[in-house]
Amino acid sequence: MEFLMCIVVGILFASAVYLMLSKSLLRIIIGTGLLSHGAHLLLLTMSGLKTGAAPILNDNISSYTDPLPQALVLTAIVISFGVTAFFLVLAYRTYQELGTDNMEEMRGTESHD
Amino acid sequence: MSLLHLAIVLPFLAAVFIPFLFKGLKSIHTGWFVLLVPLFLFIYFIQYLPVTGDGETVTKTFEWIPSLGINFIAHVDGLGLLFAMLITGIGALVVLYSIYYLAKEKEALHNFYVYLLMFMGAMLGVVLSDNLIVLYMFWEFTSISSFLLIGYWYDRERSRYGAQKSMLITVFGGLSMLGGIVLLYLMGGTFSIQELIGLSDVLITDPLFVPALLLILLGAFTKSAQFPFHIWLPDAMEAPTPVSAYLHSATMVKAGIYLVARMSPVFAESGLWLWLVAGFGIFTLFWGSFNAVKQTDLKALLAYSTISQLGLIMSLLGVGAAALHYDYLDDNIYMIATIAAVFHLINHATFKGSLFMMAGIVDHETGTRDIRKLGGLVNLMPITFTIAIIGSFSMAGLPPFNGFLSKEMFLTGMLSVLELDLFNLSTWGVLFPVIAWIASVFTFVYSIKLVFKTFLGKPQFDKLPKKPHEAPIGMLISPLVLITLVVVFGFFPNLLSNSLIKPAVEAILPSLVESGQEVDVHIYFWHGFQPELFMTLGIILFGIVLYSTLAKWQGVYNRIPERFTLNGLYDRGLSGSESGGYRLTSGVMTGFMRTYLVYIFSFFVAILMSTLIIKQGFVYDTSGLAAIKSYEVILALVLVAGAVTILFAKSRLTSIVALGVVGYSVALFFVLFRAPDLALTQLVIETVTVALFLLCFYHLPEISRKEERMRFRFGNAVLSVLVGITITLIAMSAFSQRSSESISQYHIDNVYELAAGGNMVNVILVDFRGFDTLFEICVLGVAALGIYAMIRYRSARSENE
Repeated sequence: MEFLMCIVVGILFASAVYLMLSKSLLRIIIGTGLLSHGAHLLLLTMSGLKTGAAPILNDNISSYTDPLPQALVLTAIVISFGVTAFFLVLAYRTYQELGTDNMEEMRGTESHD
Repeated sequence: MSLLHLAIVLPFLAAVFIPFLFKGLKSIHTGWFVLLVPLFLFIYFIQYLPVTGDGETVTKTFEWIPSLGINFIAHVDGLGLLFAMLITGIGALVVLYSIYYLAKEKEALHNFYVYLLMFMGAMLGVVLSDNLIVLYMFWEFTSISSFLLIGYWYDRERSRYGAQKSMLITVFGGLSMLGGIVLLYLMGGTFSIQELIGLSDVLITDPLFVPALLLILLGAFTKSAQFPFHIWLPDAMEAPTPVSAYLHSATMVKAGIYLVARMSPVFAESGLWLWLVAGFGIFTLFWGSFNAVKQTDLKALLAYSTISQLGLIMSLLGVGAAALHYDYLDDNIYMIATIAAVFHLINHATFKGSLFMMAGIVDHETGTRDIRKLGGLVNLMPITFTIAIIGSFSMAGLPPFNGFLSKEMFLTGMLSVLELDLFNLSTWGVLFPVIAWIASVFTFVYSIKLVFKTFLGKPQFDKLPKKPHEAPIGMLISPLVLITLVVVFGFFPNLLSNSLIKPAVEAILPSLVESGQEVDVHIYFWHGFQPELFMTLGIILFGIVLYSTLAKWQGVYNRIPERFTLNGLYDRGLSGSESGGYRLTSGVMTGFMRTYLVYIFSFFVAILMSTLIIKQGFVYDTSGLAAIKSYEVILALVLVAGAVTILFAKSRLTSIVALGVVGYSVALFFVLFRAPDLALTQLVIETVTVALFLLCFYHLPEISRKEERMRFRFGNAVLSVLVGITITLIAMSAFSQRSSESISQYHIDNVYELAAGGNMVNVILVDFRGFDTLFEICVLGVAALGIYAMIRYRSARSENE
């Protein structure tokens, strides 16, 4: 199961990178969303899957899944949400100000007086 | 801090007061105050003459950074004292000369004398320091002050060009020298030159010996304007003439000579040292004298002549190193080369200093230094003419002046190369006297040209910017003193032999002195009908022939096209490196974010994959895997289908919905993997995120509204597939070789006893690892504030529109 998840994560990363290399700002943000999904799944996968019950204390159960990666992923989900929300509003403001979502047209190298 | 240390830093201390004296006492030329410093120092250093004459040395230590072995050790021996006396003696004369040369009303004298004093102190520090790091520090001080002095008239374009060129070349050499010093420290464990000399037998077997030798020599060659680093010296002639006389003939350019002489006891056992020093020296001698003949500017001619004479001294030091290879000989004929080097060093400082001052006088009194406009000045400027003719004849090596004596000794030294039987010198060595002889012929030609074209010949005063007349007496004092020395040393050379030359030679060749060889300095005017005499006669004969036919063969200089000269190479190299650097950055930094992402991902793949392959890190172990259930496969297929749909979706709406599919699939995976809290959070957050995406989508600008499928780009596809494969392979390898058990058993065991909770994930988040949560809250807070600020505050530009 873990190796299957590794392959799924690999496909998620590949799609994310392909989207991030595109010209459209919206697609780039979609790419980062896919990338964080991949990272979260990878975190959970690497601790081993299905080794026991859900990590909620119960007297009848002796074997639980690892709770630590779940806590880490929870933190990561919230942080990536915060960043994504910021990024999306930034993109929204960019549309408003510049009137484009094409990355090729947003070049900062030419000097403006 | 002893008196000796104070003497070395006295010029620096005095420089502090110069601006106040300049501003406060406007009626007196600031130079008079400056003059006291070198005069006092010269008198102070005279008292060391008897000490070094007896073969004693004086060492005083002032602790600076003792923990790093860097202490200001002042070491006075024959060699250091010789240089110190040259620096202070000629320094005093140059300051005196500059008082009459620079007008106090027109010039920024406070700048000039501050730079000059800084240079003087730095130069004293170089020649009297025993610690290599301190020596290096003063060495760079000479580069900096020389840079400032060359660019003294900073509103002239040529001055700035010359200052930059000399700075680049000498600092390049200085940094190489620092590298050599560090290598020496690695080998010997000390920065002290005297201690390194004691270790020279051990050092020569070290693998770092040759790199250290080359780096130190690079420093010496750039400073002393040896081929091919000589090109900065002619351009340094844009400096005021007192500076040219002081720095670029008598002192700074001899810092490299000093370094070679000083480091000779460390390196000279190596044959490479002999070859390089003598070889580069003799070629510089030839090249400098050959190029001096074509110059039409008085100072440029003198600059090339300086290059040539420095090459002469350098080659003598190289040949003198052979004495160490023949230390069993009773009558060591190679020692004469070292004696000649020291003797010519003194002679060159006297006659070249006076010639530069002569050129300054001519420039000052006629308004030009161009040899083609000058002529017939002998009747108007008889004293200057006397200075010029004595200096030039000494430079050409004519009797009865001191240049003749050192030139004879030089020829003797070069002839002695013929008897060397090491490192193929028995065959190639014959080149040394031949090149030396040819170079001496050219030296004769340019020396004669210097005097005859300036002072004799047809007067053409109408071409001159000023009406020429004799210089004021104050300006003539310094060159007259120097020219007197030329004559005195010419007639009584043995005045110098025991007081200055012998201790200096003993400092250069200490191992010979230890083995009991007597340094026997006797300089004769007449030593019979030796080959040297016939060589000198040949030089005079051929020199006269070449000078009289100068017009016929001068065309040979135009054969070398400008772009192949060393200056052309330097200029093209400099502009090439600038434009190359610009092309590189503008090529690499395209301004497109895609380019940078391609760099980042490519390096990511390249580094990780190559590490995986080189270290054979890929491991495949199926033992710890969980079983695969059919609905998990179906969910995985849905997730992958969602991800791939985004790639091929035509409309953005489809992409956003497909991203939602991926997010909810992930939430379902969390359910399957027994992570209820994650599943809850993921569902809520995915919903909000999709809503935000739809907001962005709705506000897309009209122009780019038209939907189009993402264009397929092969390069992007290959790179992203590679990234995916890298992640997969590394994840598999990492999972297959887990090295230790999870620490989670502690959390499971203590979740109720210590934290009074049943939900382990929540207890970890708020209790065991509560700090993470605190700052995660901060992140959300900052994001919220940022979003608020972005929407609320608009830039001034958009409000104006």
